[in-house]
Amino acid sequence: MTGAHGPAFPAGLSKDPGARITLSGLRDGLKAMDDVLVSCMRCGFCQSVCPVYGATLREADVARGKLALLEDLGKGLANDAGQVSDRLGRCLLCGSCEKECPSGVRLIDVFVRARALACAYQGLGPVKRLIFRLLLPNPRLFSFLTDVLGIFQRPFLRGAKGPPGVGAVPGVIPIAGGRHVPKLPFGGFSERAGPISLKPGKGRPTAALFPGCAPDKVFPDLTRATLAVLKHHGAGVFMPRGLVCCGLPLLCSGDREGFLSLVRENLRQLRGARFDWLVTPCASCASAIAGQWRRHREWFSGADLKLLDGLSGRVVDLTAFLVNILKADLSPRERPPQGAGSLDANDASGAKEGPEGLPRVTYHDPCHLSKSMGVSEEPRRILESLSGWEYVEMPEADRCCGNGGTFNLSHYDISLKIGERKRDNIVSVSPSAVATTCPACMLQLMDQLGRKGDLVEVRHVAELYAEDLGLDYKALARGEAPGIHDEPDTHAEPDDTHAGPDSKTPGGDGQKGALGAGA
Amino acid sequence: MTPAPAASRMTIPKTLLRDFRKLLGEDSVLSEEADLLSYAFDSAVVGQSVPSVVLAPATEGLLGRTVKACYDAGLQITARGAGTNLSGAAVPGAGPSAVILTNRLNRILEVNEADLYAVVEPGVVTADFAKAMEAKGLFYPPDPGSQQVSTLGGNVALNAGGLRGLKYGVTKDYLMGVEFFDWGGELVKSGSRTVKWVTGYNLPGLMLASEGTLGIFSKLILKLVPPPKASVAMLASYPSVGAASQTVAAIIAAHVLPSTLEFLDRKCLQVVEANARIGLPTDAGAILLIETDGGHAEGVKEEAELVRSICLKNGAGSVRVAKDAAERDALWAARRNTLPSLARLRPTTVLEDATVPRSKVPEMVAAVERLAKEHGLEVGTFGHAGDGNLHPTILCDRRDREGFKKVEAMVDGIFTEALALGGTLSGEHGIGIAKAKWLSREENAATIGLSKAIRKALDPRQLFNPGKKVV
Repeated sequence: MTGAHGPAFPAGLSKDPGARITLSGLRDGLKAMDDVLVSCMRCGFCQSVCPVYGATLREADVARGKLALLEDLGKGLANDAGQVSDRLGRCLLCGSCEKECPSGVRLIDVFVRARALACAYQGLGPVKRLIFRLLLPNPRLFSFLTDVLGIFQRPFLRGAKGPPGVGAVPGVIPIAGGRHVPKLPFGGFSERAGPISLKPGKGRPTAALFPGCAPDKVFPDLTRATLAVLKHHGAGVFMPRGLVCCGLPLLCSGDREGFLSLVRENLRQLRGARFDWLVTPCASCASAIAGQWRRHREWFSGADLKLLDGLSGRVVDLTAFLVNILKADLSPRERPPQGAGSLDANDASGAKEGPEGLPRVTYHDPCHLSKSMGVSEEPRRILESLSGWEYVEMPEADRCCGNGGTFNLSHYDISLKIGERKRDNIVSVSPSAVATTCPACMLQLMDQLGRKGDLVEVRHVAELYAEDLGLDYKALARGEAPGIHDEPDTHAEPDDTHAGPDSKTPGGDGQKGALGAGA
Repeated sequence: MTPAPAASRMTIPKTLLRDFRKLLGEDSVLSEEADLLSYAFDSAVVGQSVPSVVLAPATEGLLGRTVKACYDAGLQITARGAGTNLSGAAVPGAGPSAVILTNRLNRILEVNEADLYAVVEPGVVTADFAKAMEAKGLFYPPDPGSQQVSTLGGNVALNAGGLRGLKYGVTKDYLMGVEFFDWGGELVKSGSRTVKWVTGYNLPGLMLASEGTLGIFSKLILKLVPPPKASVAMLASYPSVGAASQTVAAIIAAHVLPSTLEFLDRKCLQVVEANARIGLPTDAGAILLIETDGGHAEGVKEEAELVRSICLKNGAGSVRVAKDAAERDALWAARRNTLPSLARLRPTTVLEDATVPRSKVPEMVAAVERLAKEHGLEVGTFGHAGDGNLHPTILCDRRDREGFKKVEAMVDGIFTEALALGGTLSGEHGIGIAKAKWLSREENAATIGLSKAIRKALDPRQLFNPGKKVV
């Protein structure tokens, strides 16, 4: 079924998302993108904002150079597709260039499409195949492996001066050696808390909570804080147990087959339930679900397509949900100061307090929130409202931190160089904590600050907010999650009957915006 | 200026590549196809030419040795900063060629606040430099459209202009001295840190706008000025281009020099409004964006009031004066959005910069309109009315060979007209490849002959940026 929107994947490709193509197929695919490619006027303004170019000063690393290469490869002027694909991979997909581009070239689309073509030509590497096809689609296995990793991590991880809760991986360990990583928790959230259903307060909306892999498995307290905050504001919450990865890492690697199957699984999990908004504490998940799921609309049909269309305009990140939908009261400094952060960092370093004697917090804009979703005011408004923190703005707050998901794994040297600038900007305002809204950014900030031994906590806005409200979110204990099952029978886990368009699930009661009923 | 396909790449001996790697390090020598292709173009709509190797020296010493090694090996040498040139001056030569990147030489070496100058390496980005000077309470006025990415070395090599030309001048007015490597790899130093300087030949003047054909910059001494303390911005709409032009002439005649005096024609207004919706008068024939500045707020206000009354006297339908910084920003949104809005209409944007004495602006605008109609092309004209430097912008599709012939004919017509009006081929974009063939229409045989002789003397093997400027 083809949608009204232009195809998200190039013409010349088989409808089979996993089909391999030849070099001439690759060229045809690129030629089919010619109308977009030719609209770049080579002004080079992307150089001013591209984090990768900032680190390498190479033309092939910036959007203008990449577009030229794609055009050259399509026309047969470039012969080495492997090299072009390699240069294509030297990109964070942060969207800075797209925001700057005077010609309005939809660069993220171009790069995503080109990577799909390159992957169809070259194939997915064995490591990625293993992770994308085995680990990410299986939350139980993923959770189990995170637990195992956590157990093995403990004895090896060296305590190091730096952000609390972060340790250094000894250099001898392959790949991860030298990195500063968070101490892994024992037990992901959703696997133990099971499906969650929380009745909304009167006149309050219900959120389908999409925690995202990292908040669920690496930072489960973040998911707990998210839940606690939603509950505090009277929102209903629905969270099935079997949600899988949003698919963004796969899409960025050109694995559209894997991406599509993850989206389908997530849609299957959400189908049949009633909710008004899909909410996530992860900026990357938000941008993937709101943007990329939708842009691949033509690959879906039937109940999936209906749900996907229903989600349109209804996917928000947690901070936008709190501020714009729940209209949380954010009048500053109203609440009594309590539970405002674990301030080891502040104690140790001394002069990090604002004029009112409060510890300082600054904010880093994740690209996927500020550039993809256009959300930058909301998290700041929340931080400014905190009674226990003094908010300070850092320079270049919206410049990419350099994580870029898989980019951090494949191009760690460049990622580090980009991250150093972010780290310098953070410490320039002497904060006790840096808050953000993306777990991938959190990992990068922890690594960067950890390397320099900076005593700056790395927190998600939701955690600081929950603590400022005095919510004892960590009491949503692992495996137990008391108080979050008050409506156990309304939302059944998706079963094998595959609640479809004619599902018997209640939901058509006329409530405006009710989603997921499959109708 | 036909956008021809890329020339086939000339390869160079492996031993030479090995020597470069030994000299500069593995990471500073790019020779893979994908990298070479990404340096085959700049911002100009001209044919590509793929270099044989790309070299990125990180220090002045290495830059000198790189220049010498390339010259000795007989490689054509094209220096490249940000590659934002609009005349093809950063497109490599067709023979075995090296692109030498200067963007890693990006340090501000000295800022002298007492003597008002700065010494910089050529790879410093223009806007970064201006910002750093602003932070010290100083002002570097040249502001070419590409300033966010362009490098100072490139600005000097092209004598870049910008919006402030009328009152503050262009890059040439801020160049006090240069250091550059000549064809033998020797470091030549000329100019001074003093305001007055008459020692030796004026080599900074010779190197200015030389487009990389005489040597490769390693250091620049740039003049700084105290910043204006106050400014007032206004937007005047006119029923016709003629009335707007009369205003420009009247402002100058009243001995007022606005810091900027920008012009947008009706086509630009309509396109910007359709794209950005900022409340522009789309029924107007043209608008002028005027800003006055100076050291005293009261004086600037008075001057602005005078300018406003001149606008109204000369037929402005309305004049909006910005009351604060936010309103000033809103007025400038029109100008900021012009090129982006034009660029989104069609795939290719050919941005011309033929310049005429400012009194001839009405004739030039009329000629552009006539030529556009004649050739059936979509053209928006904006530019620096205060200095006669207009940017007729032709919207087209470089893939359409037949259509592009019309564009070339139109560009030819623009040059003919500009020269007939006593103007020049290029106000600020440079000659490069794009306009080299028209040079003899503006300069006489003796001038070109002398220029060639100078070039031959400073570049005996004709390896510095061949095919550009004087050919």
